Amino acid sequence: MQYDVAVIGCGVIGAAAAYSLSKYKLSVTILEAENDVADATTKANSGILHAGYDPEPGSIMADMNIKGVKMAKELCKKLDVPVKWPGSLVVAFSDAEMKTVKQLYDRGIKNGVKNMEILNGSQVHAMEPALSTEIKGALLAKDAGVVYPWEYALALAETAVRNGVELRRNFKVNQITKQGKDGYMLKSESGDFVTAKYVINAAGVYTDFIHNLVAPPAFKILPNRGEYYLMDKTEGNLVTRVIFQCPTEKGKGVLVSPTARGNLIVGPNAVDGKKDYTGVTRSGLDYVEEYAKKSVPSLDLRASIRNFAGVRANNDQNDFIIREAENAKGFIDLAGIKSPGLTSAPAIGERCVELLDKAGLKLEAKKVFIDTRKRIKFTDLSVAEKQELVKKNPLYGRVICRCETITEGEIIDALRAPIPPVSVDGIKRRCGTGMGRCQGGFCGPRVMEILMNEAHISYRDLVMDKTGSYMLEGVTKGQEGDNL
Amino acid sequence: MSGSAENTYDLIVVGAGPAGLAAAVEAWNKGLKKILIIERAKEAGGILVQCIHNGFGLHYFKEELTGPEYAGRFIEMAKKTGIEIKLDTMVLDVTPDRKVHMINTKDGYQILEGKSIILAMGCRERTRGAIGIPGTRPAGVYTAGTAQRLLNIEGYMPGKRVLILGSGDIGLIMARRLTLEGAKVLACVELLPFSGGLTRNIVQCLHDFDIPLYLSHTITEIKGDRRVTGAVVMKLDEHRKPVPGTEMEFDCDTILLSVGLIPENELTKKAGIKMDMRTKGAIVYEDRETSLPGVFACGNAVHVHDLVDFVTEEGQLAGAGAAAYVQGTENTDSKVIELENGNDVGYTVPQHIRPGKMGDMTGVYFRVRSVHKEPCFISIKSGSTEIARLKRDHMAPGEMERINLTKDQLKNITEKITISIEAGDAK
Repeated sequence: MQYDVAVIGCGVIGAAAAYSLSKYKLSVTILEAENDVADATTKANSGILHAGYDPEPGSIMADMNIKGVKMAKELCKKLDVPVKWPGSLVVAFSDAEMKTVKQLYDRGIKNGVKNMEILNGSQVHAMEPALSTEIKGALLAKDAGVVYPWEYALALAETAVRNGVELRRNFKVNQITKQGKDGYMLKSESGDFVTAKYVINAAGVYTDFIHNLVAPPAFKILPNRGEYYLMDKTEGNLVTRVIFQCPTEKGKGVLVSPTARGNLIVGPNAVDGKKDYTGVTRSGLDYVEEYAKKSVPSLDLRASIRNFAGVRANNDQNDFIIREAENAKGFIDLAGIKSPGLTSAPAIGERCVELLDKAGLKLEAKKVFIDTRKRIKFTDLSVAEKQELVKKNPLYGRVICRCETITEGEIIDALRAPIPPVSVDGIKRRCGTGMGRCQGGFCGPRVMEILMNEAHISYRDLVMDKTGSYMLEGVTKGQEGDNL
Repeated sequence: MSGSAENTYDLIVVGAGPAGLAAAVEAWNKGLKKILIIERAKEAGGILVQCIHNGFGLHYFKEELTGPEYAGRFIEMAKKTGIEIKLDTMVLDVTPDRKVHMINTKDGYQILEGKSIILAMGCRERTRGAIGIPGTRPAGVYTAGTAQRLLNIEGYMPGKRVLILGSGDIGLIMARRLTLEGAKVLACVELLPFSGGLTRNIVQCLHDFDIPLYLSHTITEIKGDRRVTGAVVMKLDEHRKPVPGTEMEFDCDTILLSVGLIPENELTKKAGIKMDMRTKGAIVYEDRETSLPGVFACGNAVHVHDLVDFVTEEGQLAGAGAAAYVQGTENTDSKVIELENGNDVGYTVPQHIRPGKMGDMTGVYFRVRSVHKEPCFISIKSGSTEIARLKRDHMAPGEMERINLTKDQLKNITEKITISIEAGDAK
């Protein structure tokens, strides 16, 4: 069958596009290269919902940012996505930086950002006692938030799937051919193919590669790596707002921020890199430490529970690329979606629908559209609710992850959801198992067992994360040939 | 739901590892009759269950047992009493008024009350995130204890070409275990100029299998996109900075981390109990009572031990303490002597001694901060008075020290006691 729309990539941008499309009577498929959604840039970033004072007034970025942050408020509530709205501070260490703060404020006003204020040093310290006494002042933006980005993407993708969108995983598009006067055939690395009248290119750092399969080169992705520390929840209240430093040409600088799940995140640096390399380096981590301590001198990195890095999909142009590709009718690029891309995602999804409408796609709204999502998060419940829940389903009474108090019931829920996990980290991202201070040391073997049993996976096929990330080499002596 | 006689226990012990089992049995023997042990695992015995090697019990039982055998002895003792054990049960909260919130699949969520409580949650392993090893994040990086569980309990081989970072005891034990199981252990790499493990484990687990130990080295990069494909190891200078040009690349598919253990004290902290930044455990008195009256702590939850025998001993102290607390037989003499770590001593446990509550003698555990190959002295002083001076031929951070203080020695002591290490020629 020919789909109306094929979305390449299920990061937060592809997921948002699919979510917007799922409101209409269309056949839509998402083609995801990895074995899970949001397995690249979306899973490794600061998780900030920006208020909107950063982008150049009049840019697509400014427009998407402002719309996106408003939409996020409602979406996160409806789709049960962990989010907090602590506000942000851009701190200045000198008079020159105070000028930058003023410029940001003015830009914010032009962009239509509300609830901003320029603070002096003592106001800043009264709000955030852990900040450096060197700080001269700051821009306060009350409408900035922190979201768990991975879950945001999952919630959008899952809702799209519940509304009829199809998700194909391990479908790594490496060939696209035009078919007749409209439509495309998309082939995967392993030889599968689908056809679709319209194509959305949301392939993140690979959007240039995908674009070039059907159209003359029009932009280039310049992958840029950012490294982070994720700190124990004991540090989660060190600062109560997102603390930025003044932006430079390289980006928004090193931030220190509470996360939506109660940890503290510290980073990133900015290093030109490769599309697929997400390692961390000593020099990168040292840089992050130095700059973070400039804002928060008392930061204790011994409370780090994990380092990670993500790759920004920067492009060689100064704005997001959201448009139909030249010489490729019905082929929409969503490229170079760097920060504030996460914030902009739902607005980009809506824009995408507008572009498809213009390109000739017939849109008819569905009568029934599921726009809510609810999941059980045991640890957030009251004692009475917990008691009630365990009575109904005893599996909520078995705690698997002791650091984060995640129950077997929640893991089983995830394994039976519209987009079930196929890896240990897939469960981790959905439920939080192994995200705490022991990093899965205790719950790892139990999660492996539940995954193997529930998803009928043999130990040979058990993966930590992406395809090929096998966890077990074999069985112990005397067991070979046993039916494990 | 709380407050009823049915839900009230003389003693609730959190954790059925060696510390919790010994504590409960001792409290029973001292006369407490309504005792409950709550254990999160599906079996009692704690981490001993996966420690299938021998060498346990040399001090306590005067014989060499495996971990499961050692645990088995205490499980048997507990079975002969009326102690109740709830397995596969998680304690979610311990409150300052000694309510214990627990949950399992059978009883659901319950709030119990303990006239006394003993915290014996054990410890957890430090992870890669805590030490920030650069490189990629592929599958195949395990903490040594997790690998031990996979191998000895679940029956899986985690990998076949293994590099071990850290020379803690579990890492050393796993070097031997993996070798016997058919894996190739390429090397053990230790950041410090000395091993953190017991000498006997260095000899029996590394030397006997020709596994090289690189002291003052560390992993500077982990390689591999999906599964570990290698690691770079470098020598460190005296400031623990990698020395350029000393890179060695290991072709491994697995990295085990044995880089330290940390007492598990989330419940302790939530209960508002005073913690010791040095041990990462609760601050305790001689009978292992914490800052919260009637709440005791013992074993690796208080400080990380090398030998289970001492964990047992500490559990028994806590068990006896809890029994005395509930029975109201405690001496009310309120004198408290503070213990302080002096030269080259990292910490002491207990941190305070109440001479009125101790028996004729009380043990003090501590660790030195550096390796002493020459004979030296442990000096125990209070003000200008030297209470005792003990000679040791050899001391190392990897081997916990124990000294005894007698009631008699403490009789006239009013000031805090300082324990320090002095060079052999000092006297």
